Amino acid sequence: MTSPTSGRSAAAGRAALGFGVLVGIVGLWHLGVRGQWVLVFDIKMGFLPEPVEVARLLWDFAFGGVFDDAFSGTLWQHLWASTGRVLAGFGLAAALAIPLGVLMGRYRLVHAAFDPAVNLFRPIPATAWVPLVLLIIGFGSQATIFLITLSAFFPILLNTVGAVREVPPRLVEAAQMLGTSRANVLLKVIVPASTPGIVSGLRIGLGLAWVILVLGESNGIEWGLGSMITLAREQVRTDRVVVGMIVIGLAGFLSDRILVHGLKGIFRRRPLVRST
Amino acid sequence: MSAPDLSRLTRHTEGGRVLVDDLGKRYGGAGGVDAVAGVSLDIAPGEFVAVVGASGCGKSTLLRILAGFEAPTRGRVEVGGRPVTGPGPDRGVVFQDYGLFPWLTVAENVRFGLRQRGTPRRRAGQIADAFIEVVGLTRFADRFPGELSGGMQQRVAIARVLANDPAVLLMDEPFGALDALTRTQMQHELRRLYREAGTTVVFVTHSIEEAVYLADRVVVMTGGAAKGVPGHISDVVPVLLGEDRDVNAADFNALERQISERVHAG
Repeated sequence: MTSPTSGRSAAAGRAALGFGVLVGIVGLWHLGVRGQWVLVFDIKMGFLPEPVEVARLLWDFAFGGVFDDAFSGTLWQHLWASTGRVLAGFGLAAALAIPLGVLMGRYRLVHAAFDPAVNLFRPIPATAWVPLVLLIIGFGSQATIFLITLSAFFPILLNTVGAVREVPPRLVEAAQMLGTSRANVLLKVIVPASTPGIVSGLRIGLGLAWVILVLGESNGIEWGLGSMITLAREQVRTDRVVVGMIVIGLAGFLSDRILVHGLKGIFRRRPLVRST
Repeated sequence: MSAPDLSRLTRHTEGGRVLVDDLGKRYGGAGGVDAVAGVSLDIAPGEFVAVVGASGCGKSTLLRILAGFEAPTRGRVEVGGRPVTGPGPDRGVVFQDYGLFPWLTVAENVRFGLRQRGTPRRRAGQIADAFIEVVGLTRFADRFPGELSGGMQQRVAIARVLANDPAVLLMDEPFGALDALTRTQMQHELRRLYREAGTTVVFVTHSIEEAVYLADRVVVMTGGAAKGVPGHISDVVPVLLGEDRDVNAADFNALERQISERVHAG
């Protein structure tokens, strides 16, 4: 056991180390652009904007007042539209995958019924769904939400099934000998005992939701970070592409933090979320 | 601070009778292995019976069948006059690994059974509080099991089943994972609780000293699938040492040695 103070200073040291690596990456990026480096995979660093330019554009994208064009200050509207789609798709995926996963993990018959279908659909990547989705749903928000739901569904489902299967049989026995009904064994024991695993699945699903967002929003959508990146690429605005990437990365990171800390806030001291 | 009177909290006037008749358990169907066979036992209401034997002799299997976690392949089991068909709140089980719900506080764990069986929240809380006090954990009522030592967790597990007012207490090597000092202390407390609660106790252990210290009768099981003979009861030894037992007394040691010889003779 480390004392609280040494634990805290060690944590600060690790944070400083992580920050140092980030600064190093940005520094290399800067030098690479200046020196027109050509790296492995024929990466032409000279085609990239400099970090400082990107930072200025990012500021303008968020708050305006630098370039004052159609792009200035529109970050929040794009982010708002994208967040709505991510939440809708992710929420729908969670609402479907958690109950199905609990039943599949608990009951062999349900598992036998759904497992083959799950294993056939799961390996089909979202990119392969896009042409079909555009044909049967059409361009737009609904197609994006559908793709997000589809992609987030499987990691949540598989993590839930795994977590339910790993619930120690002892806890079920304990509940049974205390006179717990079958329904309550499921609701009061299996579900809470699997919660740490389910939360892991939710985190993977939410991360994937932001990944798939760009794919879904690349067609026929006006507002959204994905559509903003797609438009920037069509206009060969590398700087805007990089800004869009940074914003999506931050949004994904922040949404994960909000999910974890939100759940920890709900659960309080109950050990239901794995410490990260 | 005086502990609350247990007899006022338990609603059973006396424990349940346990009747085991020609019990057998075979794993793996017709060509399978007999874990136990021909086990018959009649335990009086309120009696404390310890089951001892080497690993694999089937003593835990017997307890799990009494609990209703496993179905016998042969014979009959009755508790309180009713055939055992599955786990139920009339038979409280204390496991070696506690089996507490880690996401519930001590108080929530102890009132879990009461709430599941429909006891109103307030009443369940009062009963739980009393049993938490009985096991001396009032200060820890709002802690989670993961924050407690092994001995404290086992106390919670005991309070949890006692609060549920079982006719029979089934204990499967409950102190096996505890250090020697804690173990002695828990044995002492269990005897006190047993005297006050008046439930029937079936206590499985591999410690003969523990069995002699706690029980009215010691059931010796021998055999087991690994020995080629199904696990069976080879001896039943009454413990006539009175209430205050001294593990260092000559008669205690003599009885312990006698039982030990029978355990190893199998």
